[in-house]
Amino acid sequence: MDRALAVDGSVGRTGRVVTARRFLDERGVLVGLVVVALVFGALIGPQFFGAANLELMARQTVIVCVAALGMTMVIVSGGIDLSVGSIVALSTVVTALFLRHDGSPSGALVAALGAVAAGALCGVLNGVLVTQLRVVPFIVTLGTMLIVRGAAKGLSDERRLEAPITWLNDLLKTTQTGHGLLLPSGIWMTAALAVAVAFTLQYTRFGRHLFAIGSSERTARLCGVRINRSKIAVYTVAGALAALAGVMAFSRLSVGDPTVANGLELDVIAAVIIGGGSLLGGKGSVVGTIAGAAIMAVIQIGCSQQGLPNWVQQIVTGAIIVFAVGLDRWRTGTQG
Amino acid sequence: MAEAVTAPRFEMHGVRKTFGATVALDAVDLSVRAGEVCALVGQNGAGKSTLMATLAGALAPDAGLMRLDGAAYAPRNPLDARQAGVAMIYQELSLAPHLSVMENIVLGVEPARRGIVLRARMREIAVAALGELGHTDIAPETRVGDLPPAAQQLVEIARALAIGCRVLVLDEPTSSLGHADVAILFELIARLKARGLAIVYISHFIEEVKAVSDRFVVLRDGRNAGAGVTSTTPATDIVGLMVGRAFDEMYPRGTRTPGDPVLLLNDVVPGAATLALRRGEILGIAGLLGAGRTRLLRAIFGLEPVMRGAITVGAFSGPSTPPDRWRQGLGMLSEDRAGEGLALGLSVADNMTLTRLEPLGPAFTVVPSRQQAAAERWIDRLGIRCAHPRQTIGELSGGNQQKVAVARLLHHDVDVLVLDEPTRGIDVASKAQIYRLIDELVCGEPVTRGDGDASSVVDLHREKAGRPVPPVARLGSARASAKIAAAPEAPRGQGRKSVLLVSSYLPELLGVCDRIAVMSRGRLGPARPVEEWTEHSLLMEASGARAAS
Repeated sequence: MDRALAVDGSVGRTGRVVTARRFLDERGVLVGLVVVALVFGALIGPQFFGAANLELMARQTVIVCVAALGMTMVIVSGGIDLSVGSIVALSTVVTALFLRHDGSPSGALVAALGAVAAGALCGVLNGVLVTQLRVVPFIVTLGTMLIVRGAAKGLSDERRLEAPITWLNDLLKTTQTGHGLLLPSGIWMTAALAVAVAFTLQYTRFGRHLFAIGSSERTARLCGVRINRSKIAVYTVAGALAALAGVMAFSRLSVGDPTVANGLELDVIAAVIIGGGSLLGGKGSVVGTIAGAAIMAVIQIGCSQQGLPNWVQQIVTGAIIVFAVGLDRWRTGTQG
Repeated sequence: MAEAVTAPRFEMHGVRKTFGATVALDAVDLSVRAGEVCALVGQNGAGKSTLMATLAGALAPDAGLMRLDGAAYAPRNPLDARQAGVAMIYQELSLAPHLSVMENIVLGVEPARRGIVLRARMREIAVAALGELGHTDIAPETRVGDLPPAAQQLVEIARALAIGCRVLVLDEPTSSLGHADVAILFELIARLKARGLAIVYISHFIEEVKAVSDRFVVLRDGRNAGAGVTSTTPATDIVGLMVGRAFDEMYPRGTRTPGDPVLLLNDVVPGAATLALRRGEILGIAGLLGAGRTRLLRAIFGLEPVMRGAITVGAFSGPSTPPDRWRQGLGMLSEDRAGEGLALGLSVADNMTLTRLEPLGPAFTVVPSRQQAAAERWIDRLGIRCAHPRQTIGELSGGNQQKVAVARLLHHDVDVLVLDEPTRGIDVASKAQIYRLIDELVCGEPVTRGDGDASSVVDLHREKAGRPVPPVARLGSARASAKIAAAPEAPRGQGRKSVLLVSSYLPELLGVCDRIAVMSRGRLGPARPVEEWTEHSLLMEASGARAAS
């Protein structure tokens, strides 16, 4: 062992080098986040980092974050899910429909669970189509994006569905007016989910299998990984998480809106990609994804508070996406 | 070509290249004359790839100089090198599979007028280039992806000719070729040589180097380790220069006492195969490329459908998927290391333990420290050179990658190892290690690397996991409910493995196997003891010559 190490350089058994690189991987996007935040901080002033503003950013980004957790897993496995925006819309509609039936606190829980189940079902559909038809996920989910959006419109009769106010509407309510929790409950929930997904990816067999499938599906197959099962599972989880994002969206809208979250899937994918995910699969992390989502939120809020028009914000965000991926390629050499 | 005798067509002097603290090349000299084949040999990690990249303009040397026909040669990038007349044929061919042969040949230098490609001219160039190679049998309109690997390689060489190359570098050109195609390639190299090209031939196969080259240059640890005239240097001397020590035992052979059958094939299609692999033996399958050997192995492993016949692994029969096979204690090593055998983007530890993460953590989890410990054990045992178990496997040399792929089978502790070209494209020293390892596995002796450690493979495995390993449905335990006749006196848990080995390298088959069967045109012949075979008779059988006569 010592001989082998001596040949390859000064690396110790502790794996300092590897840890350092890991750290760099994630630090890249974190450094980016700090830089972007500092730029706007300098432009706008210290109030940009005030508690109220930070909370606003967290509340703004939480919907993208929750959906991006699922997307991270999908992208790690080498897939993609374009249907998340539509699932968010469907989820708000389903939530509203349940609430109109029963607006009690327990009814609200049923509504949220029902919406998540509907999202999971869409995910199952994605997974089954991807694995059984052997059509690439991009095409399958492009199709289900339209199908699910259509279903949401059909269910709601193409109208916004008013629903009674319940505790669901408090999920993202600001805590700055002062009630117990430092942050809105929806943000705590998102944080807990992020930890769970990060753990799943890094420390479970399912997670390791996803990395293997994304890195080389043929190798995973050779190694006896049950690929179809894993894929269906990952799309199901992604669908459920997208639906949960939909519940958050409903919380803010307080209506079921079948036209909401149009194009949200692109924000979600962007967060994963800025965070170091690779569309070729095998790469991606929860920390990176959340930092990626945060970068976009900072830009969005920073631009609007600076009084910059929407188009500037879009150009900046677009540039950041391309820059982040370009930087990553440059840093890791030619390998994708 | 009187001047060619004195002035080399290409030369490099004192080339040095470092990556951080690692010295990849240190004062390397190399020269090739026009009309000469110079073999560049060395183990993986000896610096051959770095040298290639320097030649090709992909890397700039830190020091030293290169000359092409006397003029300074310092390519800024690979395109520059090509235009200067230095063409590389890499192991992994760089062709566009969806384009036609002629489009590939003129790729990047398409004859065009005002941006419109002149198809007739393109065809002429392609026909001329293929004609020079003596291969008018390849139609210029064929889609490259439809051609067999050997023909694809010809197309790539034709492309080099079409741009008027003066120096041709071939990197392991026979790694994807069968025997007949190798002969054709050598003929072609002789033809190119006669045309006055300077050829650098990189190979692990000493037999090839002997057959094809005029001179050889040996690299070891980034330095010139020796050079000479091929015809007057014995092969063992060249190998000795490569490894830095004498190579007395390439194919060790312990005491083998084959037991009862563990893998039975009964008229299995694909392959028309009937055979019985016994515990503690190595059964080889010889054959030409495309004879259907790989298909048979994949069918056994459940990666391809079995059309007919019965496969019995221990007590299990009937159709099986790869996960089933792993659970039954049968593991496969793929011939396609980069595309299938390994996930190059993942770490050494992930690749090694992927088939069996269960013992590495409670419930459904994988504890990184345990995974790392499991990997470290085999890294140590097999002498795998890597910085750390978490290192991305793509950064390792081919030989070390292959050892990780083999270590996967050991980590899983399979009873039957199905190996498809286990030593393809790896260096001599790694080959020798793999041969020794296979021998130890079938003999039931310890897998040595840690010297003087007498614990067996199986024990190592148990101990490594830190807690009792949940039993895989082993062949041994399965024998209790055996459907196949089992000799009860055969001791269980002795850890003797069985190996089914497919190889295109005949000395290897003859060196390691107990019995060899030959596959020819999709049909597997009977397995005969290795003593009854010679390279000649294997080839005769493989090419169907015996059946014809």
